[in-house]
Amino acid sequence: MNQATGAPLIEAVDVKKHFTVGNSLLAGQRRTVYAVDGVSFKVYPGETLGLVGESGCGKSTLGRCLVRLYDLTSGSILLKGREIGAMSQRELRPIRREMQMVFQDPYASLNPRRRVGDLIAEPLRVHGTASRDEIERRLKELMALVGLEAEHLNRFPHEFSGGQRQRIGIARALALHPGLLVADEPVSALDVSIQAQIVNLLADLQERLGLTYVFIAHDLSVVRQVSSRIAVMYLGAIVEMGPTEALFQAPAHPYTEALISAVPIPEVDRDDRRKRIVLTGDVPSPMNPPAGCRFNPRCRFATELCRKERPVLREVADGRTVACHYPLVQAASAA
Amino acid sequence: MPSSTPASASPEAKAPLLEVRDLRVSFRTERGLLQAVGGISFRVDTHEIVGVVGESGSGKTVSQMSVMGLINDPNAVIEGSILYKGRELVGLSQRQLRSVRGNEIAMIFQDPMTALTPVYTIGWQIAEQLRAHNRLSSGAARKRGIELLAEVGIPNPSVTFDRYPHQLSGGMRQRAFIAMALSCNPSLLIADEPTTALDVTVQAQILELIKRLRRDFGSSIVLITHDLGVVAEVADRVMVMYAGRIVERGTTREIFADPWHPYSWGLHDSIPPMVGARPRRLPSILGSPPSLLDLPPGCAFSPRCPHRFSRCTERPALAGAGDHEAACFLSPEQRGQALAARRRPLKEAS
Repeated sequence: MNQATGAPLIEAVDVKKHFTVGNSLLAGQRRTVYAVDGVSFKVYPGETLGLVGESGCGKSTLGRCLVRLYDLTSGSILLKGREIGAMSQRELRPIRREMQMVFQDPYASLNPRRRVGDLIAEPLRVHGTASRDEIERRLKELMALVGLEAEHLNRFPHEFSGGQRQRIGIARALALHPGLLVADEPVSALDVSIQAQIVNLLADLQERLGLTYVFIAHDLSVVRQVSSRIAVMYLGAIVEMGPTEALFQAPAHPYTEALISAVPIPEVDRDDRRKRIVLTGDVPSPMNPPAGCRFNPRCRFATELCRKERPVLREVADGRTVACHYPLVQAASAA
Repeated sequence: MPSSTPASASPEAKAPLLEVRDLRVSFRTERGLLQAVGGISFRVDTHEIVGVVGESGSGKTVSQMSVMGLINDPNAVIEGSILYKGRELVGLSQRQLRSVRGNEIAMIFQDPMTALTPVYTIGWQIAEQLRAHNRLSSGAARKRGIELLAEVGIPNPSVTFDRYPHQLSGGMRQRAFIAMALSCNPSLLIADEPTTALDVTVQAQILELIKRLRRDFGSSIVLITHDLGVVAEVADRVMVMYAGRIVERGTTREIFADPWHPYSWGLHDSIPPMVGARPRRLPSILGSPPSLLDLPPGCAFSPRCPHRFSRCTERPALAGAGDHEAACFLSPEQRGQALAARRRPLKEAS
């Protein structure tokens, strides 16, 4: 796996995205959802950063902020060192070529009335970079790249299965040769056997095209398979970040530990060193996050300090950071 | 943790609670007859949890919906026999079915938000169900409803009783729905993807609850899921379905430690491991499931099967030893060879 080397391809610095909900005219009924509340990380060329967390943790919002589908509330995003966090839609246009998004639901993200060829060619036409012949050639190239037949270009999305539709979504995202792909739950709507095909396809494409991925998913086994590094989110903030193997072997944050232990393993007869930690309660509302450490109401180690002071991300081992007053991994255990 | 005693060895090996024989469900469509369930037989004993695994379109939901008598599409054709406590359910009128549903067999669904009505409180919905099946005063129904909510682990049950579904989180809604399903002490609970819409940490809580239902209420549970992990965790026996048929069944131990059918192998392999080395590529199953309107002759899995041979143009019947059966022509020796050739043998996975 590509280790963190050189300059980051994309960097988020203290990104915040708040939404106002409720009646916006009556001040009393206005409420703020702290969807992403101060997130910083770097993604290096050629690596896959996995963003995991449960629903409502802000991982999708963060993904959309990264590719600037959302305007930020505050903070900045640096693409190859260039600030894009505050750019207008017009300024962003040329930059969109460099970063593209793959969405979860291949049924909803493709216009049902348009042919696959049109759908994939759209970004090429919008950006006006290619002649008609070049577009034809590129379409065939893209179809081959994602494992579809060139004849399929004349078909409509409904004629394809879920897995094939996701391939179309990927071809569309790749049309402009982006360096960064933000994939938001790209396999969670698919059946397991198809899921594996798409995971493999993404790995092949990364190898062949040198792509960088931000892979957003709630399925930990999939994230473990694809990511070189993982960031775990809880209530709008990153609670732990580190290389995949180290993080899965010895989680440093109690939430990461519980999350990993909660995944049911499709095996019988395993020695139960893997102790399940069943968290009580639910994720609190991001409208009203608890004071101090946001995980403290569900944490089995929480103390007075955790209820008062919000821990910041700090380094515990090489390349591993954790936002916890009492991390499970001490600075010494660099495996 | 799966229980270590296979359910077949349970002392009450008398008449099964539910016995389904050669169930076929098809739908008349514009494009011809669609066979969703193509002749399956299975039984559910008292006190056991049976997992039904399969991908979309495998017939896992349709087959269990027929048991509930919930398929009332005029274009549906249901054939075969469904015996519940010895009573034939196929052909019963909706009126007759009503005494079975809820009282005897209850069902919980994937999405509790759409399964509960948004316009009434949780309590109203539980009380309605209680009073439809029992002679209860509204006060007694309220009391029983609050008890049920407490039993499924809802904090502040008397407050939750008066809440509307949208005021609860996904996990709490699913608990409330389970409370409703349990309200008439059904002997059989059919759970269709009960944790799929939930987060993993909440899923763990609901799975604990399902295991407790069997322990405390003595319910039998049919658990429909696409998640092999969930099945390994809670089921005693497992049926693997593909294209409307059962391709393999056995105890959970047999299905996970010694699967026989190439489709079962493919399913196991497709799941990225949570421990140990990460394979560079996941061994995936080629292609996609066949259209139910146009099933291949012979074994429906054969077009995707790396081990197919001349015989696979015939349709294999379930065969095997005891409870472990697979619908596959591979001989035990051929299975052994095929397994040895697999990239990631199951035994090494842990």
